[in-house]
Amino acid sequence: MTDDDQARIAQQFIEAIPHARALGMRVEEIGSGRAIISMPWAEHLVGDPRTGVIHGGVVSALMDTCCGAAVMVHPSNPRSTATIDLRIDYMRAATPGQRITARAECYHMTRSVAFLRAVALDEDGENPVASATGAFTAER
Amino acid sequence: MDRNEPLHQIKTRRDSALNALVSGVPYLTWLGVRFDRRGDELTAILPYADKLIGNPRLPAIHGGVTAAFLETTAIIELAWSAMWEDLESGRIAPDAAVPDSLPRLPKTIDFTVDYLRSGLPRDAYARARVVRSGRRYASVHVEAWQDNRSRLMAQATGHFLMPQP
Repeated sequence: MTDDDQARIAQQFIEAIPHARALGMRVEEIGSGRAIISMPWAEHLVGDPRTGVIHGGVVSALMDTCCGAAVMVHPSNPRSTATIDLRIDYMRAATPGQRITARAECYHMTRSVAFLRAVALDEDGENPVASATGAFTAER
Repeated sequence: MDRNEPLHQIKTRRDSALNALVSGVPYLTWLGVRFDRRGDELTAILPYADKLIGNPRLPAIHGGVTAAFLETTAIIELAWSAMWEDLESGRIAPDAAVPDSLPRLPKTIDFTVDYLRSGLPRDAYARARVVRSGRRYASVHVEAWQDNRSRLMAQATGHFLMPQP
């Protein structure tokens, strides 16, 4: 399977998830236990009306989806996955109006558990908005 | 406290303050989250909607939705409990139509979600407990469930930075 095939399959996978579609998620890169997924800023996703900053929950949903996608493209080919736990550190507010991009990496895999690390960035790619660590199931 | 304050006046004050707090956040409206109030106790309600699905095969609610629901419940509970005394004493009167009258919201420092059961395609409920609230930092624990209060769907702990006066 070529990288393009894998990216196309991954985009179809994301579009089959109603919540990912509702948030407008787009697969940027995917393969070998890594995924990059982005989504646009939108008025209705604002969590703090005084600043226009997107709600932390939206960042959670993006990070969770990105981690799940990274598990699904791990070379060991898990059949499905679910979140066991996810911790998110919010380092700064995402700049209103900018796209948010999550990068997730499956840094360790056992027979039944996948361990993930992820970061979320806005258009300032040097200073992450949030970082996450999580454990996911790997169903065989 | 005025023991003889008319009941409808008390209820109106509390309900309109809660409504102002919640309706000021666009994302809560989009998710469909509502809050039920009994005295000062809040229960968050997430009515089921197709757009909340994360696994269409089971089907199950998206883990990110569960995280967002818990986080938002924690933030509203924290803001609500922080403003309760000022609200009851009449020092503040938050009004949805006047953005400046709304209290500033706490900011999430970190949030850890423990997923216990997959979310079923039906309504979910959550309650948050402020474990410790200092002048600057607060720690909050939240639980979410669906059909049975004792069978949790997820729980979470978060740390928050309180708005400075």
